Amino acid sequence: MTTIYDSKKRRPIFLEELMGVIHYRDLIFQLVRRDIVTRYKRSALGIAWTMLNPLGMMIVLTLVFSNIFHSIHQYPAYVLGGLIAWNFFSQTTAASMTLNVWGGSLLHRIYLPRSSFTVSAIGTGLVNLVFSIPPLVIIMLIIGTPLRWTILFLPYSILLLAAFALGIGLLLSSWATSFPDVVEMYQVALMAWMYLTPIIYPQDIIPVTYRLFLVDLNPMYYLIQIFRLPIYEGILPPLHVLMIGTGLALITFLLGWTVFSKNADKLNYRI
Amino acid sequence: MIDMQPPSSIPIILLQAVSVCYRLPKEPIGSFKEYVIQFLQNKVRYHDFWALREIDLEILQGETFGIIGPNGAGKSTMLKVIARVLVPSSGRVRVQGKVAPLLELGAGFHPELTGRENIFLNGTLLGHKHREVNDRLEQILEFAQVDGFVDSPLRTYSSGMVARLGFAVATAWEPEILILDETLAVGDESFRAKCSSRLEEFQTKGTTTLLVTHDMGLAQSKCKRAALLYQGRLQHIGPVEEVVRTYRERFSV
Repeated sequence: MTTIYDSKKRRPIFLEELMGVIHYRDLIFQLVRRDIVTRYKRSALGIAWTMLNPLGMMIVLTLVFSNIFHSIHQYPAYVLGGLIAWNFFSQTTAASMTLNVWGGSLLHRIYLPRSSFTVSAIGTGLVNLVFSIPPLVIIMLIIGTPLRWTILFLPYSILLLAAFALGIGLLLSSWATSFPDVVEMYQVALMAWMYLTPIIYPQDIIPVTYRLFLVDLNPMYYLIQIFRLPIYEGILPPLHVLMIGTGLALITFLLGWTVFSKNADKLNYRI
Repeated sequence: MIDMQPPSSIPIILLQAVSVCYRLPKEPIGSFKEYVIQFLQNKVRYHDFWALREIDLEILQGETFGIIGPNGAGKSTMLKVIARVLVPSSGRVRVQGKVAPLLELGAGFHPELTGRENIFLNGTLLGHKHREVNDRLEQILEFAQVDGFVDSPLRTYSSGMVARLGFAVATAWEPEILILDETLAVGDESFRAKCSSRLEEFQTKGTTTLLVTHDMGLAQSKCKRAALLYQGRLQHIGPVEEVVRTYRERFSV
C-alpha cells in the first residue's frame, strides 16, 4: 500500500497528530526504552535507582520534618505518596521539553508526529512510577499503615496524572522549542510549585488567606489528593475532589493537544 | 524541447504553486528572556523571507531528478517540503509513497546504546515497525560490517562504523522516494562504492531519486532531468545538459 501525503487533503490537525502517534507507537516504545536503558546503563544499581530516589528523599524529609508536623501520623507514607505523584509530574513535563528540544534537529530532516516525544516522556514516567510503588508498599508495611482495597483505585489516579502531565508537557514544549531557556525557567517554577503545594507538609498549616491559591486553585493539589488518599488514608477521594481533578486533567489534556498540534506545522519554520 | 521519454508518466511528486515564507525576526532572538525584553521595548520586528516562490514541479516515478542552484537558492527548503518536514505556506504538495531521507547519516543515534539497540531506535524513527526492523536486522548488520561490535555501545565505534550503520539502516528498505542531499563522502573507498551500488540498485528497481548537488558532473552522469533554483524560484526545468548550461551561464564557475 502506498502512502499518499497531500498537503491540501489533511485530516483535522489534532486527529492527524493522534493518528500519527498511534502509527509511530513502536518509535515511542523505543524512545521510552532508550530513556530507561541509558539512564541506568552505567550505574551499578541500575533500575533500582528509580526506587531508591524517592525513598532517599522520603528518609531525609522524615528525619527533618516528622517532629515538626505532628498532625501527620505515619509521615513517611504521607510524604512518599505525595512525592511519587509529584515526581511523576515534574519529571515527565521537564523531560518532554528537553526531548522536544533534542528532537527539533531531527524534525528538520524527517517527518515524525511531533507529539511522540512528549508521549514517550509520559511513558518513561509511567515506568518509573510503577517501579516506585513496591517500595511505597514496603514502607507502609514496615511502619504499619494499613493497606486497603482502595489502592486498586490508583490506576485511575495515575491516568489523571498522566493526562494532566501530557497536557502541560505539550503546552510547555511548543514554547520551549522556540525558546530553550524556558526549560531552565520551568525548573525554578517547578520548585516553587512543589513547595507551595501541600506535598511534604499537611494542608491544614496553610493560612486561610493563601488557601484559595495554594489549595483551591492548584490543580496539583487535587491530583495529588486523588493519588495519595487511596494509599495513605485508605479512602476514596471525596467526590468534589475527584470531579475537579478529572475535569482539570481532561481540559488540560485537550487544550495541550490542540494547541500543540496547531503549532506543530509552524515550529519547523523557526530556524 | 527534446523528447525525454520518462520512465513512467505518473507524477510521484507534485508541487503546485508552492511557496514557503519564513517570518524572521529582524534582530535574532535567542531566548525567551530576550524576547520579553525586546517585546517590552517594542523592538520585535519581523521580515518575511520567501525561501520558495510559486514552485510548480512534477517528478515522475523512477526518475533520478537533479536539483541544482547556488547556496541559499532554496534547495533544502524544497526537499523539506517534499519530505513533509515543512508544510508550505501556500500551494499544494502531493507525494505518493514513502520518502527516505539520507541527510545526515546516524542522526538520532544514542552513544550509550548498543549498535543493535540503535538499529531499532533509528529504524522506528524512520517510521518502520519493530517487526520490520527485526526482519531486516541480519541484512543491516551484514551491510554495516560492524562484526563483534553489535552489542557494544555506539561510543566505542569509529566514525566510519557509525556512518556505515546509519547508511545501512536508512537504506535497508527500498524507498519509493530517495532524497540525496550532497554527495556521500563518508567512509573509505570500498564503503563508498558499496553505497553507490546500493543506490544504483534502488534506481534500477524504480526508486525515484532527488539528487541535490553542486557537482555538475555528478548531476549530468546520474540524472536525465534537473531543475535550477535561484532565489526561491525555479529558473529552468528540463534535460540536465540544458539546465547545467543555464547554471554555468548564469553563475559562471
